[in-house]
Amino acid sequence: MFDGPEPIYVQIAQMIRAQVLAGELAEEEQVMSTTQFATTFRINPATAAKAFAGLVDEGVLYKRRGLGMFVAPGARERLLDQHRKAYFDDVLGPALAQADLLGIPTDDLVAYVLGTDRRKSGGPTTHTEES
Amino acid sequence: MTPAPFGARLDDVVVRFGAQRRLTMDGTAVKDEAGTALDGVTLDLRPGVITGVLGRNGAGKSTLLTLLAAFNRPTEGRVRVGAGDLLEDPWENPWVTANVQLVRESGDLMDDERVAETLKYYADLRPYWDADLAARLLDTFEVNPRKKPTALSRGKRSAVGATIGLASRAPLTILDEVYLGMDAPTRYAFYDEILADYAEHPRTILLSSHLVEEVERLFEDVVVLHRGKVLLAEPAEDMQSRGFSLTGPVAAVEELARGRRELHRQRLGATVQVTIEGAPDDGTAAAARAAGVELGSLPLQDLFVRLTQPEPASRTEVRR
Repeated sequence: MFDGPEPIYVQIAQMIRAQVLAGELAEEEQVMSTTQFATTFRINPATAAKAFAGLVDEGVLYKRRGLGMFVAPGARERLLDQHRKAYFDDVLGPALAQADLLGIPTDDLVAYVLGTDRRKSGGPTTHTEES
Repeated sequence: MTPAPFGARLDDVVVRFGAQRRLTMDGTAVKDEAGTALDGVTLDLRPGVITGVLGRNGAGKSTLLTLLAAFNRPTEGRVRVGAGDLLEDPWENPWVTANVQLVRESGDLMDDERVAETLKYYADLRPYWDADLAARLLDTFEVNPRKKPTALSRGKRSAVGATIGLASRAPLTILDEVYLGMDAPTRYAFYDEILADYAEHPRTILLSSHLVEEVERLFEDVVVLHRGKVLLAEPAEDMQSRGFSLTGPVAAVEELARGRRELHRQRLGATVQVTIEGAPDDGTAAAARAAGVELGSLPLQDLFVRLTQPEPASRTEVRR
């Protein structure tokens, strides 16, 4: 857990954002306390607290005094919005650049997206929703 | 009640052992050369954080830690321990010594008395002692307090030491290689107890260990000692950003690692893991992803080994 190159608090924040995005953490649902986080993942509580503080600043979490951290109302919608914007820059952009590098014609890409590319396989169109 | 955590400051501290003054035949005094355990250590230990004290055998870790607990005095320089701006010399200072709990590898147990007696002794000594916690921890570590320490295994004796350290709730708690002889499940139980109790009762904890991989994520700050000097003293996060690792097919990793300083290399068939010094370039993450190479964090152990390696052999050993 948390083996990426970024600081651990960044990875914790990413994990919580991903859980909110996926709906695993519902809005107004309580998230683990820093203590629970620290003991569950064997990390310094300050590391977890730093991740939470960042998420509060972003508006993903909010603090209820004496109770703990909760997922902010509208957090999922805001994250979806941010990630949709980032999708083109971070995901599709590099993929298209790679296609360009490989000399894949735009028509093929469009055909792939529209699911109308039957030339190569000759078989029935395969849906590629997961990729 | 949670007392204010203690911090500590060392200014140009030197500790020499075995120095002896003797008189010569003509009546003049000469001083024989002595071993130097600490050699000009200047260090700030932040209050309220868990700090890892790392170093190879004989680096001066234990000497440093005994100074803070007033088990020992510096030959030169100044040691001060205390809360907030009030820092005092720990030596023969009741306020400091009551609030600093050093647990050494030996455990400092009363061998010919039951464990319960040792605990009673520490309960009297430590103003914030939590007897319930002590009882619960002994239960967790499966130590019978009615036994004498001599009847306990090495690991169980260490567990008693760990119990004393945690139950003292001392504003400065020092755990010097307390894990010795503990089996892996006990060590992890110990780490969990440290984190849980620290989160509930924030205090200053210094933890020295050779098992760097097991404990690195417990630390907020890290101090690396080498041959009596401070090599590094910084937040663990800064330390982690001193490098990164690349794991993947040999050729692809080779390409990404070209021209960079390697800290460590491990090869498994066609896959290689290389630890690199310095931060990844802007393009490294994307290039790594494209090449099927996984970008990972810097294992503190690799950095530690590199930093404390004897100079001449380093190249060949790292490159293999």
